[in-house]
Amino acid sequence: MSESMNRRDAMGIAFGACAAVGGVFALGGMKAAWDPLPSVKAAGTTTVDVSSSEANVLYTEKWRGKPIFIIKKTKEMNDAASEDSKKRDVIVGDDRFVVCIGLCTHLGCIPAYNPKKSTTKEAFLCACHGATYEIGAINTKAPAPLPMLVPPFKVEGKTIVLGEAGPEYEKMKADGVLGDTPLQA
Amino acid sequence: MAHFDKNAKPFSEQWLQDRLAVKTLRRVLAEEYWIPKDINFLWAMGMILAVTFGLLLVSGIFLLMYYKPDVALAFDSVNYTIMQEVGFGWLFRHIHGVAASVVFLIIYIHMFTGIYYGSYKQGREMIWISGMLLFVTFSAEAFSGYMLPWGQMSYWAGMVITNLFSAGSLELNGVVEWIRGDYVPGDAFLTRFFMLHVLLLPLAILGIIVLHFGSLRIPHVNNQEGAEIDFDAEAEKYLAGKTKEAKVIRFQFDFLSKDIMVLAWFLILFFYLVFYHFGFAMDPVNFDPADGLKTPAHIYPEWYFLWSYEILRPFPKDPGLIAFAFAQVIFVLLPFLDRSPNAIPAHKRGKPFFIWFWLLLIDMIILTAMGKLPPEGIFSTIGLWAAWGFIILWVALPFITKNEKVK
Repeated sequence: MSESMNRRDAMGIAFGACAAVGGVFALGGMKAAWDPLPSVKAAGTTTVDVSSSEANVLYTEKWRGKPIFIIKKTKEMNDAASEDSKKRDVIVGDDRFVVCIGLCTHLGCIPAYNPKKSTTKEAFLCACHGATYEIGAINTKAPAPLPMLVPPFKVEGKTIVLGEAGPEYEKMKADGVLGDTPLQA
Repeated sequence: MAHFDKNAKPFSEQWLQDRLAVKTLRRVLAEEYWIPKDINFLWAMGMILAVTFGLLLVSGIFLLMYYKPDVALAFDSVNYTIMQEVGFGWLFRHIHGVAASVVFLIIYIHMFTGIYYGSYKQGREMIWISGMLLFVTFSAEAFSGYMLPWGQMSYWAGMVITNLFSAGSLELNGVVEWIRGDYVPGDAFLTRFFMLHVLLLPLAILGIIVLHFGSLRIPHVNNQEGAEIDFDAEAEKYLAGKTKEAKVIRFQFDFLSKDIMVLAWFLILFFYLVFYHFGFAMDPVNFDPADGLKTPAHIYPEWYFLWSYEILRPFPKDPGLIAFAFAQVIFVLLPFLDRSPNAIPAHKRGKPFFIWFWLLLIDMIILTAMGKLPPEGIFSTIGLWAAWGFIILWVALPFITKNEKVK
């Protein structure tokens, strides 16, 4: 009796182990079925020509389905910004640009830009939950926890290429001003 | 072969009994499923929910025949094809939309009835837990369905809710992108939520409904006084003809006849809403097609999610998410947080629990109202206090019930 029970247990364990391995592979397959498709991932880079931009005007570009804010700064806007804020500027030729993913870091709404308040702490206002940002897209009022993120970019002549990390981006990363950590507004 | 009546006519009752045990099933599940006499109209909410779910299922089947789960086609397939071309398409949509909203009102009444009468403990824990599982699956079903018309509110609610899965400062963006199948809600997102809405979640709901009904069969339905009834003894009295003396009635058709009367009142209200006041279930913002580059001025969920939304909103990001997660799971734990052995109505349990019950109900109504208003000035402050109130009430529950006198 006990011999046959042991035999049964062994069969049960062997069956269970095989089923578990199969189950893990099946789960892996199901997980992969929900991953972003290669065509979605390869949607790749967006090139923006900024040579004809006007100062203190918000330009919204689309990159990987996300809105990218690009604003050329005036001298007054630059003077009013903090050191951290200035370090986030993308310099193309002689002009300084604010470039960031235009999604509130609270829950992903798109903040509105107010050119009249470009030198104040409320240059951007997110209407969803009332968060504000200064001109460099650094958060100045809760509930936003972080600055709006700088996307990977590369400066090529008079254009900004979004989706490729150039030396300027790497420098911002080394300085820790991309927006993944809190910054001084 | 077991005993069976060779002379029974095909498909007669005896013939079916020999093959499918239909008489036994009817006896066990209906004719000798005993319901206490001492109940009121609130005991009809379960049947109303079952019927409303049926309405959702049938209207959903008709919508399914013309709906197109594609970001380029979804909006028009709902707002043009179904609303203007399909015969009675507008009716199916309005039944579906109104039922999806009203079903939550009844769920909340059903839940608070359970809390008030103590119908979640002393043998009835699984009824409560399976019921809360239904609340969770219904919430997921409502949310996934809200994505389908692919209007502005669909898109932005999808954005905000899926972002919650990045778990705040943990920045789990990979998880969010995995759920969406894209960097932002797009075609992959819409189609998979369509699948969830029309197949996986309804299947889960049907299964849990069976579990919920099953969990009721052994401990039986509670009664107005929380009295412990010997169902076997009372059933015997009833079957012996002493129906007046017995404290119980049959489910079929004694209880059902009462149930159906309450149901009829409900359906009058329901179809009044469907035909004359469907607007409350149709947000005007969602009649603008989804636009990923334009956030609506104010994003808010449907009314039934407002209370938990308002628990998320007044806090900074991480504490807000923790408070939100707390609000989502805490109701499930009610049978274990209530430390009192008394399974009787709130008004018989003494002041502390009675006050707790009404404070919780009022607090959730305040949270609901504040969740709809813009997060500014005095509303922000009231919302913050109400959110704290909710948390404090639940943390206090084990302490105020622990010292309750045994009645």
